Amino acid sequence: MNATLVEAVNDALRVAMADDDHVVVYGEDVAQQGGVFRATEGLKDEYGGERVLDTPITEIAIAGSAVGLAMRGYRPVAEIQFSGFIPPAFNQLVSMASRIRWRTRGELTAPMVIRAPYGGGVRALEHHSESLEAAYAHIPGLQVVVPSTPADTKGLLLSAIRDPDPVLVLEPKRLYRSFRDEVPEGEHTVPIGEAAVRTEGEDITVISWGATMPDTLAAAETLEEERDVSIEVIDLRSISPLDRETVLESVRKTGRAAIVHEAAKTGGFAAELVATINEGALMHLEAPVGRITGFDVPMPMLAMEDFYLPNPPRIEEGIKDVLDGEGGV
Amino acid sequence: MSQLDEGPAYLGAASESLAECTISEPERTPPRYQIVDADGSYDESQVPAIGDEELIDLYRWMVLQQVVDDRMVKLQRRGEMGTYASVRGQEASVVGCAFALEDDDWLFPYGREGAAELIQGMPLRDLLLYWRGVEDANKQAANNTFPPAIAIGTHIPVGVGFAWGMRLDDDDAIAALYHGDGHPSTGEYQAGVNFGSVVDAPALLFCPNNGYSISASFEQQTRAKSVAQKGIAWGIDGIRVDGNDVLAVYDAVKTAREHVADGNPTIVEAVTYRLDAHTTNDDPSRYRDQAEVDWWEDREPVGRFESFLQQRGVWDDIDPAAIREEANEQFDEAKAAADAFEKRDVSEMFEYLYDDLPPELERQLKDFESFLEARPDAYDYIEHRPKG
Ligand SMILES: Cc1ncc(C[n+]2csc(CCOP(=O)(O)OP(=O)(O)O)c2C)c(N)n1
Repeated sequence: MNATLVEAVNDALRVAMADDDHVVVYGEDVAQQGGVFRATEGLKDEYGGERVLDTPITEIAIAGSAVGLAMRGYRPVAEIQFSGFIPPAFNQLVSMASRIRWRTRGELTAPMVIRAPYGGGVRALEHHSESLEAAYAHIPGLQVVVPSTPADTKGLLLSAIRDPDPVLVLEPKRLYRSFRDEVPEGEHTVPIGEAAVRTEGEDITVISWGATMPDTLAAAETLEEERDVSIEVIDLRSISPLDRETVLESVRKTGRAAIVHEAAKTGGFAAELVATINEGALMHLEAPVGRITGFDVPMPMLAMEDFYLPNPPRIEEGIKDVLDGEGGV
Repeated sequence: MSQLDEGPAYLGAASESLAECTISEPERTPPRYQIVDADGSYDESQVPAIGDEELIDLYRWMVLQQVVDDRMVKLQRRGEMGTYASVRGQEASVVGCAFALEDDDWLFPYGREGAAELIQGMPLRDLLLYWRGVEDANKQAANNTFPPAIAIGTHIPVGVGFAWGMRLDDDDAIAALYHGDGHPSTGEYQAGVNFGSVVDAPALLFCPNNGYSISASFEQQTRAKSVAQKGIAWGIDGIRVDGNDVLAVYDAVKTAREHVADGNPTIVEAVTYRLDAHTTNDDPSRYRDQAEVDWWEDREPVGRFESFLQQRGVWDDIDPAAIREEANEQFDEAKAAADAFEKRDVSEMFEYLYDDLPPELERQLKDFESFLEARPDAYDYIEHRPKG
């Protein structure tokens, strides 16, 4: 079927709920209203109020109760309405969700999913546009996936729901309805921890995920025409666990790399990738690895948000800097 | 020692009755304080001592709130405003409380109380700029107003701490923390109010209970029958008031304010209804019936206050069309000023994060400025990017 990214979320939830009656969907405004982005539209009608329910406004209890439900054998898929409201749930993710298996030495587990729309660019209010994926990827025991296409969204969400351990699914809301693409009907999974090579190339590896993927691909295409270079674009899809092999293999081949993300630069996930490249491909580098990211400031309100977000011209310039750079080993 | 003879304070008396030792949820929803009933009639002896001029002022503020909501929603539809949260139906709550505050009191808003911010002294232009996503609109410290807490509940502990500081300073002022009926579900609220009770913070928890938190009805938000009763668990008082009766709200908050100023945080729950959508992004037909909206429309607060003013004999001194016209002119002026507001350059994103710009931020800013110089097409891209 041809679907938008948010329709793919809905489709994955339907497949999961039909397949396993232990899958329970809940969060603020997800049932009666079908979610503020309509990601859960129609699920309550189909599966009833015990399996699809609206909760009070408390991200703490949404995340924490998912841990408890999961320990009871349920498969909670909880929505946090905007990823900017994950911080109250952070304690539950750090102190509970991520370490149930570990602290009970495997006796209890928390196979749960938290879904949250993330990222800017939709003219939303304050706190509705953040990208804090690096903070979540820093929590041992919590898996973090960030799809960028409708098919991957369905595949990763289904994998996450079936996964025996907790997964945070960050959905790029800027891409929720920005394009349609083919999504396999029915059963379709994408393995967690596997990157996808979107375009193959020889001269530089450009790595991104989630919301910045389409702009990254557009920038790469422009540059290939402008400069007679070939660019390998990798969509990480999962940032924890990270597909180090695909990244390193590519960088060993191209000798150059640039990383694009929307989050602030310092401590952003690009830093982890640079370290990974240093560990596994330093001797292949012909230039320092580039980062094209948000600035080290809070995500501004809507009047300035477009100046914060990396855009194709900024990504192009960042890639050019690496292509023109010298100083490799 | 003698105190210990009776046992520690939290021990309580012994009782053979389990029923007596059961602290129950009230059987019925506690009543709401009302002065003017739905058709505008009232008991003369109940009306607070408030002059005609002030009555007319209350009316003006409510009309202004109506005009602001109406015009903001229209601007949003035309693409000249960001997402907007209308206050329609809650004018009496918002205005009645703000009007009862003293000059030095601070307002901690959450986003659905424009008129309260204006009463604090915030220029209407800045209200427009705020909803256009301009950070400069948040410069309201001179008006004793904190920026709206969009992350629900986050301002409760902060406002409590601020109020605590007021008490430590022997200040007579209080902090008014506006919040919706969904807020008490958050950890921030529960922790913050309890903390406030322990440090005797002069904090007023003012809750226009409009029946909904986006699509979730109050019954879905909590099994408690009211917001006001939640204070009991934290050892503080709660007052319920008819939120569509501006005089009752004013009177209740005036009374509560005295108590708060003595270091007793208090919850005032103003029972009301949001007549418009949650925000301009929301479609309320998905979660509530038109019949319910109509029921409340018949009881909306501005019309009720008009009937009161008529019965009171004040209406004859008022030209309601002129008041509305004046509010529209105020909005026109504010809109023109907001349109004329000079957009500052990109440095404004970096400027206020720290007292001194750290070297890395300075570098990021410089790089960005050179980029914009080298790639002026970035501006075109930004202008033409499809906005969500
Ligand atoms: C921590 C947090 N979670 C979720 C949201 C999304 N959200 C915005 S407004 C709202 C409902 C607020 O309801 P209420 O407190 O009753 O106030 P009202 O909007 O009805 O005035 C929700 C869930 C948010 N802003 N902050």
